[in-house]
Amino acid sequence: MIKARGLARQFRTRGHTVDAVQGVDIDVEPGELVGFLGPNGAGKSTTLRMLTTLLRPTAGEAVVAGRDLLADPAGVRERIGYVAQGHGAGTEQKVFQEAESQARFYGLSPADARRRTGELFARFELDEVADRLAGRLSGGQQRRLDIVMGILHEPKLLFLDEPSTGLDPQSRSNLWEHIRALGRSGTTIFLTTHYLDEADALCDRILVIDHGKIVAEGSPDALKSQVSGDLVQFETDTPAVAAEIAAKIEGAQELRTDGNTVRFRVPRGDTQLPGLLRALDHADVSLMSVQVHRPTLDDVFLTMTGRSLREESYA
Amino acid sequence: MRDTWLVLQRTARPTLRNPVVIVFGLMQPLLFLLLFGPLLGGSGSWQWFVPGLIIQMGLFGTAYAGFGLIPEIRSGALERMRVTPVSRVALLTGRVLHDVVMLIVQCVLLLAVSTAFGFRASIGHVLAGLVFAVLIGVSVGSVSYTLALKLKHEYAFAPVLSSTVMPLMLLSGVLLPMNQGPHWLYVLSRINPFSHVADGVRAVIAGNFGSSSVLTGGIAAVALAAIGLVWGTRSFVRANA
Repeated sequence: MIKARGLARQFRTRGHTVDAVQGVDIDVEPGELVGFLGPNGAGKSTTLRMLTTLLRPTAGEAVVAGRDLLADPAGVRERIGYVAQGHGAGTEQKVFQEAESQARFYGLSPADARRRTGELFARFELDEVADRLAGRLSGGQQRRLDIVMGILHEPKLLFLDEPSTGLDPQSRSNLWEHIRALGRSGTTIFLTTHYLDEADALCDRILVIDHGKIVAEGSPDALKSQVSGDLVQFETDTPAVAAEIAAKIEGAQELRTDGNTVRFRVPRGDTQLPGLLRALDHADVSLMSVQVHRPTLDDVFLTMTGRSLREESYA
Repeated sequence: MRDTWLVLQRTARPTLRNPVVIVFGLMQPLLFLLLFGPLLGGSGSWQWFVPGLIIQMGLFGTAYAGFGLIPEIRSGALERMRVTPVSRVALLTGRVLHDVVMLIVQCVLLLAVSTAFGFRASIGHVLAGLVFAVLIGVSVGSVSYTLALKLKHEYAFAPVLSSTVMPLMLLSGVLLPMNQGPHWLYVLSRINPFSHVADGVRAVIAGNFGSSSVLTGGIAAVALAAIGLVWGTRSFVRANA
């Protein structure tokens, strides 16, 4: 459904050349739900904008939904749906009419546009707000309207850019249900996210991008299994002493000290913990907190790049 | 053509729901008609002054059309439409057409009010004058949307507008005859294509179709419309992709 080779984009600003995306290869099979994961500014949206004909690549080539991206962008546009980060409805437009117009833009006849919009409004719980101005909808409603406007023409391939950003938890899980249902009905979905739980909950396969390059790829489970063991993390006043003790644990690796925090990986962290606590106690190391984490996608990212996806949570 | 019609329909919906906006656009020329026109004195002055108001309305009303596009750029609505198969040129022409229709409605209303003050013109002559208004609307509307597309923010767009539209209007001689002022000002006004269009509208409405100002004004209006459209369509088709 997507086959991209060496897709790259440079931006020039005041004499600087910034490589936003440096030659990515992407393969997506029909029916897959693929997540494109990376921190803000990693090149996710730029890649998406290239694949959806909004931004011309400076290098590389791609076939999207069976059409050549560079030679036939109009053909690509007919066959894909794209839901951008922002809200795509005009704030002064009535909700139903705006969706109907969108269907007409996709070439549907007036009758088909009306029928299809009606069907999707029922499915996405928008019937009640059909006559409201789009600017008056709640975040969750606007998001559902955006998705409706992306699938009016029943595209085989749907791009979603950060679909759940800014939504409250309830709207978010509701949105996920709709996305899963779309995936089950055979639509190929390519979504970007910087939320690990979103990628974990929705995607069959994940591509991890950082600094404009793809650094990892696989199913969420396969990616997690690349991380060797559980993460044990504790805080103490005497990190140096504690780190020495931790280093002696069998199988401990990736030992790091960061301020008062000591963390390392070890297989079966839960069974190792009692011994570690005894040893620390023996050496008069007082602990402020102890945590054991099963591997997460964030750990995958940390292992791949040495940085956390959620910078703020460790800062 | 179909795409232009679809975009026009979409753009016109908020206007049709709230037709008062058409009257808002009329306020400024109406005020000039009521509070400035009588200063010119003499019954013949309406024949000279009212055609100029058409140019003023075309300039001021249509120049601000781009403000409607900026929220759509910011929200992503324009981008959403750019990913559909709808012609990217239509995204411009549909909007411009909406503004031209608004302008014509406003011109008709203004001319109707003017007759109450003593302005007289035959329907045929007025229709010919409205052709100029259409061309001005196409030109100024296209340029306005293109500037909005390039500047993207109200705070950048507003000063550019006010610093260009005001001098263009003052130098077009729609308020007072430019040949009564100092020579340098007259020369400046002659460089302004809108002054030629204003002369053309006056000649046409007076029925002087043989006058050279009709030809000059017509050429100026067609050229302005063409430049606006070419610049506009190029920017709308390109913009990033």
